[in-house]
Amino acid sequence: MFNYTLKRLLETIPTVLGITLVVFFFIRALPGDPARLYAGQESTPEEVEVIRERFGLDAPLPIQFGRFVQALSQGSLGRSYRSNLPVTQMIGRHFLPTLWLSLLAIAVASLVGIGLGVLAAYTRGSFFDLLTTILAILGISTPSFFLGILLIYAFAVNWGVLPVTGSVSLRGLTLPTIALATSSLGTVARFTRSSLLEVISQDFVRTARAKGLAAAAVLNKHALKNALIPVVTILGLQFGFLLSGAIIIETVFNFPGLGWLLIQSINARDYPVLQGLMLVFALEFVLINVFVDVLYSLIDPRISYS
Amino acid sequence: MTQLTTSSTQPTSPSKRTYKRNAFQKLLRHRSGSIGFVLSSFFVLLALFGGFLAPYPPAQANYSAINQGMSAEYWLGTDNFGRDLLSRILVGARYSIGVGVVASLLGAIIGSLWGLWSGYVGGFWDVLSMRLVDVLLAFPGLLLAIGFIAISGPGIVPLVLAASLFGMPIFARLARGATLSVKSRTYIEGANVLGASPPRVMFQHILPNMIAPVLVYVSLRTGVTLLVASGLSFLGLGIQPPTPEWGAMLSESQLYLPIHPLMAFVPGTAITLAVLGFNLLGDGLRDVLDPTLSGEL
Repeated sequence: MFNYTLKRLLETIPTVLGITLVVFFFIRALPGDPARLYAGQESTPEEVEVIRERFGLDAPLPIQFGRFVQALSQGSLGRSYRSNLPVTQMIGRHFLPTLWLSLLAIAVASLVGIGLGVLAAYTRGSFFDLLTTILAILGISTPSFFLGILLIYAFAVNWGVLPVTGSVSLRGLTLPTIALATSSLGTVARFTRSSLLEVISQDFVRTARAKGLAAAAVLNKHALKNALIPVVTILGLQFGFLLSGAIIIETVFNFPGLGWLLIQSINARDYPVLQGLMLVFALEFVLINVFVDVLYSLIDPRISYS
Repeated sequence: MTQLTTSSTQPTSPSKRTYKRNAFQKLLRHRSGSIGFVLSSFFVLLALFGGFLAPYPPAQANYSAINQGMSAEYWLGTDNFGRDLLSRILVGARYSIGVGVVASLLGAIIGSLWGLWSGYVGGFWDVLSMRLVDVLLAFPGLLLAIGFIAISGPGIVPLVLAASLFGMPIFARLARGATLSVKSRTYIEGANVLGASPPRVMFQHILPNMIAPVLVYVSLRTGVTLLVASGLSFLGLGIQPPTPEWGAMLSESQLYLPIHPLMAFVPGTAITLAVLGFNLLGDGLRDVLDPTLSGEL
């Protein structure tokens, strides 16, 4: 178990190095001279030169990359062009709201999604099944930003029961969570339903029924357990999807998270912040994938730990 | 087994045509697939010809008729400048649907060629290029597109490229897998022995084998690509107002939500229906073309 986790973590090293390289060259590919941007509009060429030297922007690229990695290993991502605060501090301040939002959204999507999917599969062909299927595909097809606007209109503007802007509080998180979770919820519901239906048609389920087990026991003990294994993979993928979905939702609700910071930093051309955010988003995504793999190996005994 | 392989990999042309016709007929008989086919065709036609049907110029302001509801004069109402929403939706289809479809096709074509090449040459280049795919896939989809636009600046061409970048690594992986699975077949060896050039082997012999899965995936991805493209415009990173792109229209509508919600409902519903159409079409095609993925949903 521990060894398997370690192995999966070690396997991500090339990817992480690749991410670092992409993110490093990303900021060098941006239009405009970073030194000039940092120095500001009304700077003299001499001032720009001073900044260029201070930030080591005059060194050859490989050396700059080496310094970038070295600073990174010490937990530094540079300073914001705009606020001059350390990027890590800015990201740290906006990290928790996004974490709350995406954790809540994935929790809602998995609990409600699996629940609806299981019920739909159990009542296959019924009106409920049809309704769930239609709502699921509608949920997947509705843009989260449109859903967010609809929710704001209904609950904040019309009925005035919930706030327009999101915040880290029960009331402030409700609408953003629903808007963010709906698409994943639909995907999870559909996937759970088809996975369960597939398992039900397999031999071991028929055997369990044939040996006289009650239908409910077969479904709960035998079918469900096996059907949920692939759902875990989908949940992992959806979590990554939610991370980038949060960028849009946070903008709709003016929610003070990483996505909101990302859009702010693009509009302000605050490239160090943008760079740091891309790194954080990508690393988070890689870690989630490792977590899902480990979880997968825990649930499915057929996957060996070695 | 061998007989089966030969007959399925070397179809004579009439049976190939029958296969295609059968697939299309099956799609039309497929309940949700047929709805998806009709809906997505409608939106593609709208993108091609919608501009000619617009009753008003999309940018024509009428300050004596701002924020109007649906009427005989303005079927879908007007916006905060008194511009006809129906005309804006009709003209905007070119941008919203056009960008989504072109970007998804572009991503599929470049990604497939990439995967085909990578799988065919194998060895060091294959390992390197698949590592790159891993790295690209490590960025959650939208982020890569946003990063690209941060470099290129907003606009319609950057938007198309950014949205196609969103699907490219997935198609590269898909096409590489398909290439590897047929590369060692005897008829490919045969073609090599007969002196066929690498491009000929790749395009004449390997490519046809991956058309079906790529096609299924293109249609499945088009809905998502539409969402990404309109989402980027919504964020102000894609097509800019006053161009009547639906995501940009939705973004403009936010300020007027309390007094004129129709301004949000119209473009929002348009995007939703278009995405729904492509999603249903994709599901239908998957059921019809790829029976292994079946599951009536």
